[in-house]
Amino acid sequence: MRDKDNPKKANRPELRLHVPEPPFRPGDTPDFSSLKVPAAGSTPRPDIAVAAAEIEPLAKGLVRVLDDDGAAVGPWDPKLDADTLRKILRDMVTVRIFDDRMYRAQRQGKTSFYMKATGEEAIATATAAALDREDINFPTYRQQGLLVSRGYPLVEMMCQIYSNKGDKLRGRQLPIMYSSKEHGFFTISGNLGTQFPQAVGWAMASAIKGDSRIAVGWIGDGATAEGDFHAGMTFAAVYNAPAILCVVNNQWAISSFSGIAGAEKATFAQRGVGYGLPSLRVDGNDVLAVYSAVRWAADRARSNLGATLIEFFTYRAEGHSTSDDPTGYRPAGEAKAWPLGDPIERLKAHLLALGEWDEERHEAMRAECDAEVRAAQKEAEKMGVLPEQGRDNIESMFDDVYADVPWNLVEQRDQAVSEGRD
Amino acid sequence: MNMIQALNNAHKVAMERDGDIVVYGEDAGYFGGVFRVTEGLQKQFGKTRVFDAPINEAGIVATAVGMAAYGLKPVIEIQFADYIYPGYDQIVSEVAKIRYRTAGEWAMPMVIRSPYGGGIFGGQTHSQSPESLFTHIAGLKTVIPSTPYDAKGLLIAAIEDPDPVIFFEPKRIYNGPFDGHHDKPVKPWAKHPASEVPEGHYTIPLGKAAVVREGADLTVLAYGTMVHVALAAVEENGIDAEVIDLRSLVPLDIETIEESVKKTGRCVVVHEAPRNTGFGAELTALVQERCFYHLEAPVERVTGWDTPYPHAYEWAYFPGPKRLKKALEKVMAD
Ligand SMILES: Cc1ncc(C[n+]2csc(CCOP(=O)(O)OP(=O)(O)O)c2C)c(N)n1
Repeated sequence: MRDKDNPKKANRPELRLHVPEPPFRPGDTPDFSSLKVPAAGSTPRPDIAVAAAEIEPLAKGLVRVLDDDGAAVGPWDPKLDADTLRKILRDMVTVRIFDDRMYRAQRQGKTSFYMKATGEEAIATATAAALDREDINFPTYRQQGLLVSRGYPLVEMMCQIYSNKGDKLRGRQLPIMYSSKEHGFFTISGNLGTQFPQAVGWAMASAIKGDSRIAVGWIGDGATAEGDFHAGMTFAAVYNAPAILCVVNNQWAISSFSGIAGAEKATFAQRGVGYGLPSLRVDGNDVLAVYSAVRWAADRARSNLGATLIEFFTYRAEGHSTSDDPTGYRPAGEAKAWPLGDPIERLKAHLLALGEWDEERHEAMRAECDAEVRAAQKEAEKMGVLPEQGRDNIESMFDDVYADVPWNLVEQRDQAVSEGRD
Repeated sequence: MNMIQALNNAHKVAMERDGDIVVYGEDAGYFGGVFRVTEGLQKQFGKTRVFDAPINEAGIVATAVGMAAYGLKPVIEIQFADYIYPGYDQIVSEVAKIRYRTAGEWAMPMVIRSPYGGGIFGGQTHSQSPESLFTHIAGLKTVIPSTPYDAKGLLIAAIEDPDPVIFFEPKRIYNGPFDGHHDKPVKPWAKHPASEVPEGHYTIPLGKAAVVREGADLTVLAYGTMVHVALAAVEENGIDAEVIDLRSLVPLDIETIEESVKKTGRCVVVHEAPRNTGFGAELTALVQERCFYHLEAPVERVTGWDTPYPHAYEWAYFPGPKRLKKALEKVMAD
C-alpha cells in the first residue's frame, strides 16, 4: 500500500495545505491600512551590549525617526549634521537618475540587462554613510548606492554595464555585477544568498587578525529562504563575528511576495533572535533610521559584541529587472500606495523643515546630478556598448581562469582567435 | 507551438491524467514561471497542485523527495540550471540513490525541469550547461529536447517515468530554432515542422535518439540547441553528414549511434558545455570502444571553452557553425 492510499480516519480532520497569497493581485486596489506602522520615535533604543532575547520586540516593530512632517524624533535620531544629510540626499538622487538612464540604455539595446533600486535608495546610501570607509560590503544586486556613496566613478559603473573596453571586469559579468576592492565592494554573484556567509567569513578573518574593520552582508527577502542565510547567521552567532547582516525586505522576489519566504509567520528580523543575534526591523525608506540602526550595529561589532541582523522594510517600486513586467502579478498602483513613502521625498522634506534646503537648491542639485550622469554616460559610450563588444581581444577570454594559463586553454585560445579572424 | 507552449501543454496533458502530479518552483505558481512554462496551470489545477516555492533549491528538491516518498509525482522547476547547485546535494546524494539504497522499497519518481544553456546574453550565471554533472551520477536520467514536438513528448515520458529525470530545456530555442548565426534574428518555431504539436497525449521514449538528417559520410552527435547549429553547419558545408539528436543522454541510444558511425566511419560530437570532462568525452569514448575498426578518422569534439561563460564574449564562446565547420573539414580530411 502506498502512503497516499492510507484510508481516511473519519474522526480526524482532513489535512490541508496552506499556500500564502499576497493581499492584492492585478485588478485589486491596494490598501495598506492594515499594515502596522509604529509612530516615528516610538521604538526604544537599547544599549549596544543588550542580549538578543531582551530586545525581541525590536525585531517585530519598526525603528522610525522621520515623522510625517519631516521632523526627526525619538531615541534613534542620529542627529546628523546638514552636510551629511545633503550628501545622502545627493547620493540617492544620483542613484535614481543613474538607474533611469541605464534602464533606458537597456531599452535602447545598448546592454542586455539592468536592475533598478527605485524606492530603496535610502538603504545603501545611508548605510554607506554610517560605516567607516574601510569597512567592506558583500552586496547583492540592488546596492549600487554603496558604490555611488563611496565615490566609485559612474563611468566605471557604466562601462561594466556596457561590458565595453573600459570594463575592468573585461566583459565577463552581467551588467550591474560590479566588483571594487578599493571601494570595499565584494564581487556580486548571480547566485542568491552566497554573499551573506561570505561576509561573516571576512568578519571572522578580521577578528582572527585583530583588525578593526567590520563586514556587512546583504540579502533580499526572497533569498533569505536560501540555506546560506542560515549559514551566515549560524557562523556569525557562533564566532561573535564583527558583521552586520542586512536583509532588504522590499516585499517582492520577482513575482513572489514576501509571504513565500515566510513573512506571514515571522518578520525577517525575528529570524535572528533564534540564533541569539540582536535583531532590528527598520523603516528602510527613512534615511535617519537606516543610518542610526547601522551605526548601532557597527558600534556593537566594533566593541566585540558580535553581529546584528537588520531587516530594512521597504518596497520595490519598479520591476525586478528589465526582464520583468510586474503588472502580471501585482496591482499597478501598489508602489504609490506604499505607506512608508519615498525615501528621497522624505529626506528632502526633513531638510526643508530644518531650513537647510529649499526647492531651488533641490532643483539645482538634481540638475547637477543629471548632468553628471549624462556626462558619464557619454564618456562610457565612447568606449562602446554591448552589441559592439566581444569581437576584439578574444584571447582575453582565457585569462584569469587560473593564475597561469594551462595547455588546454592555450590550445582553445589559439582556436578562438583563429575563428575570430576568419 | 513554440517550445514553451509545448512544455506547458505537456504539463496540462499529464496533470489531467494523473491527479498525483504537483508542480512547483520559484515563481512557477501564480505567474507561471519567469519563462512562462507553467502559465495557467495554477488556475486550472488549483493552488495546492501548482504553487510558488521559496527561493531555496535544496528545499525544493528535498521536499520533492518527501512528496515522492508519499507517492506523489513532483515536477519541479529550477529557475535556471545555474541555480541547481544549492539543490545538488539533494539530487546527487538523495534523489539518485534512494531506490538503490532501499532495494526498491522507495522510488523517486520526479522530474526536475530547468532552462539551461547560453545564447541569451545571460552572463555566467544564466548560461551554463551542467548536464555532465548529472550524467555522471548513477540513478538519474538526463533528457534534453531540441524541438517543441520532442519537448512535449519527452516531458510527458519523463513525468510518467518511474525514476527521477533531470529535464534541461535549451532556453536559446524556447521561442524558435537557432542556426548559430547570432547576427540573424531567431526564426519563430511557427514555420518549423516540429512546431506541429498535437493537443493530446503522446510520448517520446527516453533513450531513443532521432536521426534528424540522414547522411553517408560523417555522423554528428548533438543535443539541445546544438542540433540546430549542427544542421546549419552541415547544410552550409555541403558535407553529406548524418545528424543525430540524442534527446536523452541517460539512457543513451547507443544502437543508433553505433549503427550510424559504423555506416559513415566518421564522427563529430558537439555540445555547448565546456570540453573538459564534458558529455562529449563520454560519447567519444563510447564511439572509440564500439566503432574503432570502422573509424576513418579520430573523433572530433566541438564544445564551449574551458572557461566560465563570459557575458560580452558570448559568441566567441558559444559553438557556432564556424567552429563546427572546421571540425567537419578536419575529420573529412583524415
Ligand atoms: C540561487 C538562486 N536561485 C534563483 C535565482 C533567480 N532569482 C534571481 S533574483 C530572484 C528573486 C530575489 O528576490 P529577493 O531576494 O527578494 O531580492 P530582490 O530582487 O527583491 O531585491 C530570483 C529567484 C538566483 N539568482 N539564484
